[in-house]
Amino acid sequence: MSVCPPWSAERAMSIVAEHARQRGALLPILHALQETFGCIDDAAIPLLAGALNLSRADVHGVVSFYHDFRRTRPGRHVVKMCRAEACQAMGADALLDHARRSLTVDAHGTTADGAFSLEPVFCLGNCALSPAVMIDGVLHGRVGPERFDALTADLRAQDQAGDAR
Amino acid sequence: MSHRLTSVYVPRDAAALSVGADAVAAAIRAEASRRGLPLRVVRNGSRGMLWLEPLVEVATDAGRVAYGAVTPADVPSLFDAGFLTGGPHPLGQGLTEEIPFFKKQERLTFARCGVIDPLSVEDYRAHGGFRGLENALAMTPAEIVATVTESGLRGRGGAGFPTGVKWNTVLNAEADEKFVCCNADEGDSGTFADRMMIEGDPFCLIEGMTIAALAVGATAGYVYMRSEYPHATDTLRHAIRLAYDEGWLGENIHGTDRTFHLEARVGAGAYICGEETAMLESLEGKRGMVRAKPPLPALQGLFGKPTVVNNVLSLCAVPIILDRGADYYRDFGVGRSRGTLPFQLAGNIRQGGIVEKAFGVTLHELLYEYGGGTISGRPIRAVQVGGPLGAYLPPAQFDLRKDYEAFAAQGAMLGHGGIVVFDDTVNMARQARFAMEFCAIESCGKCTPCRIGSTRGVEVIDKIIAGQDVDDNLALLDDLCEVMLDGSLCAMGGMTPFPVRSAIKHFGEDFRPTTASPSATGIRAGDAP
Repeated sequence: MSVCPPWSAERAMSIVAEHARQRGALLPILHALQETFGCIDDAAIPLLAGALNLSRADVHGVVSFYHDFRRTRPGRHVVKMCRAEACQAMGADALLDHARRSLTVDAHGTTADGAFSLEPVFCLGNCALSPAVMIDGVLHGRVGPERFDALTADLRAQDQAGDAR
Repeated sequence: MSHRLTSVYVPRDAAALSVGADAVAAAIRAEASRRGLPLRVVRNGSRGMLWLEPLVEVATDAGRVAYGAVTPADVPSLFDAGFLTGGPHPLGQGLTEEIPFFKKQERLTFARCGVIDPLSVEDYRAHGGFRGLENALAMTPAEIVATVTESGLRGRGGAGFPTGVKWNTVLNAEADEKFVCCNADEGDSGTFADRMMIEGDPFCLIEGMTIAALAVGATAGYVYMRSEYPHATDTLRHAIRLAYDEGWLGENIHGTDRTFHLEARVGAGAYICGEETAMLESLEGKRGMVRAKPPLPALQGLFGKPTVVNNVLSLCAVPIILDRGADYYRDFGVGRSRGTLPFQLAGNIRQGGIVEKAFGVTLHELLYEYGGGTISGRPIRAVQVGGPLGAYLPPAQFDLRKDYEAFAAQGAMLGHGGIVVFDDTVNMARQARFAMEFCAIESCGKCTPCRIGSTRGVEVIDKIIAGQDVDDNLALLDDLCEVMLDGSLCAMGGMTPFPVRSAIKHFGEDFRPTTASPSATGIRAGDAP
């Protein structure tokens, strides 16, 4: 994942303008802002309230309601780990414990070096090939502890190669 | 091969990709070019035999021959074995459509899934696509609604409401605009049929929604996708663009004076948005808070306008009904459950995937004949049917016929047809606790029984697991379940008691760890890993 640019009201307003024709555009705009800046910046709340003719409480209410929207920047890699029933039946709880230990991070947290954010989610739709993990939007099936370690080690190696360049 | 390129199929379905389908496709292309063998790689949807993914198929004169599960390392040996002409190989599965898991199915909704290139309008048309819509364009709205009503199609999202009746309400509502919304917020664990359908045959959904729009007089529609399904969203958006380009969406559909605009919207990780009124709120850009009903969405839905809200599979059943006629569809099934349902085998199952069958098939057939038992090799102890709000059933109930009424009579629900399998290491008290925990995390918070009840439920079950006043706390839990069942605004709080109560009823030994009563399998509750 590339490093997100700092908050820019100008850029945010152009994102709002891109969605001007959509009805009920707040969610698409929030997704686009998070995609661009990595999170929903505090400054986005009054900006969106003004642009969409909503109260700041309305905008805050929507941002805080949905699990996806985050208020702080995530790590370089976002690990979504399914902990719904089909994955539980194949050891998802143990895998989550393993991930917490191997990355030294708590659920919903980011590692100290900023490499990984660990996000438990409910169902990635890969229930016949569980346990399922999605890393930076890429789905992985039948992920046991060993495969999980291999996947994260690969990403660390890629990051280091990128830094060296 | 001298005059026509051999076609090799490697799925682009997210499940196939999750076990390396892209790498397999790349390896096949590289090996073919290394050997100077011209071939065409088609990235199809999945055939639904997910334990065989990546499932590589080769088109031969005898039909498509399957190899699975293929890894990139297997590719050179596949070429050595002559797989391009269907040659024998240890991974060979024979003709795809003769594989027992596949052969015994009745594929109506999933007929094209895994067969065609999902992003080729030409392929879609060559396999009967848009014929239903062409018929619908020549019919009056009332005739379309009557056809769907006569087919006996019921909503596939879980509630099983007759689709034609819903459409008729929207058709008869007076309004300056109407909407068709597809609920693709497939949040239930153990379900992936919507995702597979959208990734494997997206034009079918587009066609079904367009027919629905013609039937009720709607000019705009939305598909509410999940943020957990980025691949499906990309595929659907691509397909929508192609449909616009080829005149199947937008103004003057296929040269007529009809208009339908379609857009895919993405949710933001809230399970409750699978509830139809919460989904409508979310589409309007609000918190996904459940609305009180009435008014029904059919009368006051999206932006207060009459709205058809249907599940992906309901809408995907519509094209074939308009193509082949109501009778053709109604002839499948039993009693008042007509047509077919794509069941999904998930969790601890040897052969997981999609089984599309007429209603009336039993759980036993699905779990053992199709699923082949658990992948762990241990006995099945429990299955959860119908998602996180569905009941846990013990083996004694596996002869239950899968239709809406038979399940309702057992206090269970068929839901979206998802079946999650657990072996004998499962601790059912923990599963009951999870049901309450899930409700506490995902409740929209509008009604008290769901918002507060779920948190209290977790606390009470924790006390039971700790062996604290077990009898009193079980009575309290039952009382709490009663309140949630009767007092919640929607199914979230209203059905969370189903998994809890069924776990207590059928697996009571797991709730009494202090008495150390062995379960039927000899594994003590609490010993689960």
